[in-house]
Amino acid sequence: MLLTITTTHRPATDLGYLLHKNPARSVTFDLPVGRGHVFSPEATPERCTVALLVEADPVVISRGRAGGASGTPLEPYVNDRPYAASSFLSTALREAFGTAMSGRSRERQDLADTALPFTAHLPALPSRGGLDLAGRLFTPLGYRVTARARLLDPQFPEWGESPYLDLTLDAEVRLRDLLAHLYVLIPVLDDGKHYYVDETEIDKLLRYAGGWLDAHPERDLVTRRFLKHRHALRRAAEAHFKGADEDDEDAAPVAPTLNQQRLEAVARELRGSGATSVLDLGCGEGNLLKLLLAERQFETILGMDVSPRVLARARDRLKLDELPEAVRGRLTLVQGSLTYRDARLSGAGAAALVEVIEHLDEDRLWTLERVVFGAARPGTVVVTTPNAEYNATWATLSAGDTRHEDHRFEWTRAQFTEWAARVASTFGYTVTIKPVGDEDERLGPPTQMAVFRREDS
Amino acid sequence: MTDLTLQLPELCLVALVGASGSGKTTFARAHFRPGEVLSSDAFRLLVGNDENAQDATNDAFDALYFVARKRLARGLLTVIDATNVQSDARKRIVTLAKEFDVLPVAIVLDLPQEVLTARHAARTDRPFGAHVIPQQVSQLRKSLSKLQTEGFRQVGVLRSEEDAASVVVTRTRLYNNLRHEHGPFDFVGDVHGCLPELRDLLTRLGYEVRGDLSVTPPEGRRAVFVGDLVDRGPDTPGVLRLVMGMVRAGTALCVPGNHDEKLKKALSGRKVTVAHGLEKSLQQLEHEPPEFRRAVVDFIDSLVSHYVLDDGKVVVAHAGMKEAYQGRASGRVREFALYGETTGETDEFGLPVRLNWALDYRGKATVVYGHTPVPQAEWLNRTIDIDTGCVFGGKLTALRYPEMELVSVDARETYAEPKRPLVSDQGLSAQQAHDELLDLADVTGRRVIETSLRGRVSVREDEAAAALEVVSRFAVDPRWLLYVPPTMSPSETSTREGYLEYPTEAFEHYRRAGVQHVVCEEKHMGSRAVVVVTRDDDVAVTRFGLREGSAGVVYTRTGRRLFNDTDMEAQVLTRLRAAFETSGLWDELGSDWAVLDAEPLPWSLKAEELIRRQYAAVGAAAGAALPAEVRALEGVVARGLPLTDLLERTREREGMTRAYVDAYRRYVRRVASVEDVRLAPFHLLATEGAVHVDKDHGWHLSTLARLARAAPDLIVATAHREVDLDDPESTSEAEAWWLDLTGRGGEGMVVKPRSFVTRGRKGLVQPAVKVRGREYLRIIYGPEYTAPENLTRLRERGLSGKRSLALREFALGVEGLERFVRREPLRRVHECAFGVLALEQEPLDPRL
Repeated sequence: MLLTITTTHRPATDLGYLLHKNPARSVTFDLPVGRGHVFSPEATPERCTVALLVEADPVVISRGRAGGASGTPLEPYVNDRPYAASSFLSTALREAFGTAMSGRSRERQDLADTALPFTAHLPALPSRGGLDLAGRLFTPLGYRVTARARLLDPQFPEWGESPYLDLTLDAEVRLRDLLAHLYVLIPVLDDGKHYYVDETEIDKLLRYAGGWLDAHPERDLVTRRFLKHRHALRRAAEAHFKGADEDDEDAAPVAPTLNQQRLEAVARELRGSGATSVLDLGCGEGNLLKLLLAERQFETILGMDVSPRVLARARDRLKLDELPEAVRGRLTLVQGSLTYRDARLSGAGAAALVEVIEHLDEDRLWTLERVVFGAARPGTVVVTTPNAEYNATWATLSAGDTRHEDHRFEWTRAQFTEWAARVASTFGYTVTIKPVGDEDERLGPPTQMAVFRREDS
Repeated sequence: MTDLTLQLPELCLVALVGASGSGKTTFARAHFRPGEVLSSDAFRLLVGNDENAQDATNDAFDALYFVARKRLARGLLTVIDATNVQSDARKRIVTLAKEFDVLPVAIVLDLPQEVLTARHAARTDRPFGAHVIPQQVSQLRKSLSKLQTEGFRQVGVLRSEEDAASVVVTRTRLYNNLRHEHGPFDFVGDVHGCLPELRDLLTRLGYEVRGDLSVTPPEGRRAVFVGDLVDRGPDTPGVLRLVMGMVRAGTALCVPGNHDEKLKKALSGRKVTVAHGLEKSLQQLEHEPPEFRRAVVDFIDSLVSHYVLDDGKVVVAHAGMKEAYQGRASGRVREFALYGETTGETDEFGLPVRLNWALDYRGKATVVYGHTPVPQAEWLNRTIDIDTGCVFGGKLTALRYPEMELVSVDARETYAEPKRPLVSDQGLSAQQAHDELLDLADVTGRRVIETSLRGRVSVREDEAAAALEVVSRFAVDPRWLLYVPPTMSPSETSTREGYLEYPTEAFEHYRRAGVQHVVCEEKHMGSRAVVVVTRDDDVAVTRFGLREGSAGVVYTRTGRRLFNDTDMEAQVLTRLRAAFETSGLWDELGSDWAVLDAEPLPWSLKAEELIRRQYAAVGAAAGAALPAEVRALEGVVARGLPLTDLLERTREREGMTRAYVDAYRRYVRRVASVEDVRLAPFHLLATEGAVHVDKDHGWHLSTLARLARAAPDLIVATAHREVDLDDPESTSEAEAWWLDLTGRGGEGMVVKPRSFVTRGRKGLVQPAVKVRGREYLRIIYGPEYTAPENLTRLRERGLSGKRSLALREFALGVEGLERFVRREPLRRVHECAFGVLALEQEPLDPRL
């Protein structure tokens, strides 16, 4: 990975004094993941460039990433880290130009305190979340931003552009500010850091961004990404800024209140059923379970999910191990699957399937029907699922898209009603369809809910 | 000295009864094996650190009973060594025996009080006074007469030290235990007085039936009648005469049916409702001499509720036998054998509603039974009902064992009308209907799967849990998921300069394993897939138990459907099916379905997203950064600074990343329609009646090449070389072939022993190892892996985990196919496929 900084200030070679690097020599230093090199490809009185080249060792990088890295199994070994600008480069920047970043210069302090014409060039800068992000981040800081994206692979133009920018920044700026901007914003654009992030990261943010981040229009995004999306850190950092707002770019298109409305609606139906034992099938992280635990009516609650990871999170979030025995004794969390018959599900008064059916392939949905309605046969079954028609109200969803990557289908009101009626008549239930969430006059509610009652119950 | 013998049933629960000091422990040690004796003293020691800790008594008995339950559930004789002089303690023992359907036996040590008192005085460890002894002796004496009524089926009393020392304890076989009888057997369904059909059937089975109804079986064979010989049919006395004669002659076994029992009661003069054909039997027997009628009563009375045969591999009972009751003796076991389990309700025809015990049957033994007339004898969870309603105008059926072959003769006429019509379920077999939904209990938790190739393969609980998520969310219908291919290990790491893998090591691997002949197969540049193809759509219903017809399925190593586009999948399968037709393979193999191991091409068909997001992105980043680095370094070197080495290194890195881009690009081809898809099959795994792991790879490749000739626009034959590892010319030719293949950008080759399953000096040999090309490995180990300093470090890779996994998965995969071919219940097939997916959760280096 490479960063070059060029100045046309006369004499340009003063850049050497400012960076504490003599253009007539090169410097090599060790880094945790390889070596850094600082050298000057050109050094004339008119124009001087200093390059920071990080020669990353892919084997060392892979060892650091193995196990912990998300993504594909081979990602630790085949990745862009040795090439793309990232937190590795930021770390090297501090290592190479620490004194300059603090604003001190032994021989040219006046120049260090002066805005000079600089050009910074990053040939491979990841820009996660849109190629315009670099502009949104650097333009408010006074840079002229030239960002060029290349084709991902010229042999396959249909794949579109690569996520890497060839970025050139021009401005009259104090060198320390330029370095601070780069130090903070490179990992922000990359949206990742190669090291574990803790409280000391807040100090770094305040130190290098204290002067400019407060008024930056992308302050929240910068804070969030710089602190590696750790909410606790982010809240702690925000206390240092003025008038932080809660706008969240990562939020799902679903308004946060819809989920709450949905859970309330389901809990209401379960309460109304009179059941004392309930099943939360596909309980996820336990949002509904939390509501159910608060209701004395439910003496036995079974939360089931197919994912062991999600169940472990539910156990944490519900603080199951800390609950008093009397409360904890009412709840059982089990792993299970709605595509297999399961004796543990028999005998419950009611069951909820909140946003579950759409995660099954439509041609496998009959297994769930038989497991729940045919074999377990709770007195009441509450099923919620998205109303596909409502998706038109979200600008972020294009036609035909689903709300979640794993949704195998999303139904219109007519489709859901037809399914519910067929299931009810096949398995001896009656069914009522109810809306959940703020209804659109034409498109209906965001969520649709079916309440099934067993005919002999 | 008296000559005393205690004959115990081989499976029973023995209560030792005797006051403190009566020598129970000594007695138990002398006559029983250590594990058989559960002593209250020993359990006091275990739970309370002291065998005399009286305050630990309750806990000690809880623990003792826990162990006793486990033993009895496993069918092991168990002795409870405690005083047991109080009736409460004994009641608990009798209840326990009943719970496990074993006989309770009491052995009483009733020694003279003087002896006991003297022994007590000699011991210092007993925490109670001598006054306890007379108290216990008096309790014991009072108990003696009550033991039989308390429920003990056998009571032995030893009255002196001499008796206790000299008594001989023997064990007798339970009546139902005929494990030593290995057959071969011919199980015969409910006869119900149908003598003509019985003669037809026996004749068909090769038995000689003479006019006097004496029968000679084919050499070594024996008939086994599942009961209900009598009622409704035309000649109950004849049937009885024939069967009684055979049983007497030792050429047949017979278990009683409910009709037989009722006839016995009626003939014995007990009051019974004469109905359901009993009237016919009684009428027919009127004409028989009274001695015959008495002989019938004695015969039926002598019948044992059920038999466990052939080392426990097969059980016969009239109405079936659940696992927990097999080989047990109790009233309820007999009831079950005669009537099965009923709900206590009656159906619209006035017949008792039966609980189908076979639906929940998970036992290892095959159960042959009758009782409920069915239109066809069908397997369900290793059970089979062979009552095909002969007397109702159906058939009389026999099951030949161990051949497992069904032989039927048609009824000559309808002798009675069934109360409940005999209809079968929706075209699916009983097993298929049952298998539509699998039970979670059959896949979760720690599992041990018995395989024919490698014995027991165990699956850890957490791996099974992770697999459950994968299977539930992504896998194809379990009815298609017959086989998941095993992982494949690379060859040992090469030390050759510039290479991580090279043919030499693969050859050496097999040479060391004692293999001389190997096959080198080109490794196609696609993705791994399993193809299940049917000859016509209906086969999906009739053989695979689906509700709708289908040409089959193509799924990946993780059980996911390969094609997102179902039309394209159908077109590929239709062409493949036609290739089987054109090449004549359907008829030749006698099958209307096939399972293939194959590589669909190109890789981008499945992996385009991955190639774009990961491989192309890395190439783009390197392609942007490294040339800029080279330019900057050229500048500084031109200025005379000594950075030539760095410049050279960076140029080399640039070259390696360009080679990497070339490597992934070879895997990309646009797929617009089925015309762009290729399928390269390399194993013809299974067809009806056969798992082809008994054929060598030459057979597989040449058979599959016929498909390629039949459908050259879809099927790609696999290029290969047969190599003799003892012939240097042969190996160097293969090496040159590999160099050429990979030099042109090929992925590499797979080396396999010529026979599909090979056992070497250390057991099962790796079914295949891969030798991957130098350039291809860039997309596995990273673009710059060939740099000498990288290669040195990458050579430190351990293969043993991968190798062990490959063998376990191989064994499971073959086992699953074998089970499918044997038409075992789906859960047994699914267990294997599920097991492979669970084993795949083991954390291993993904680069291997």
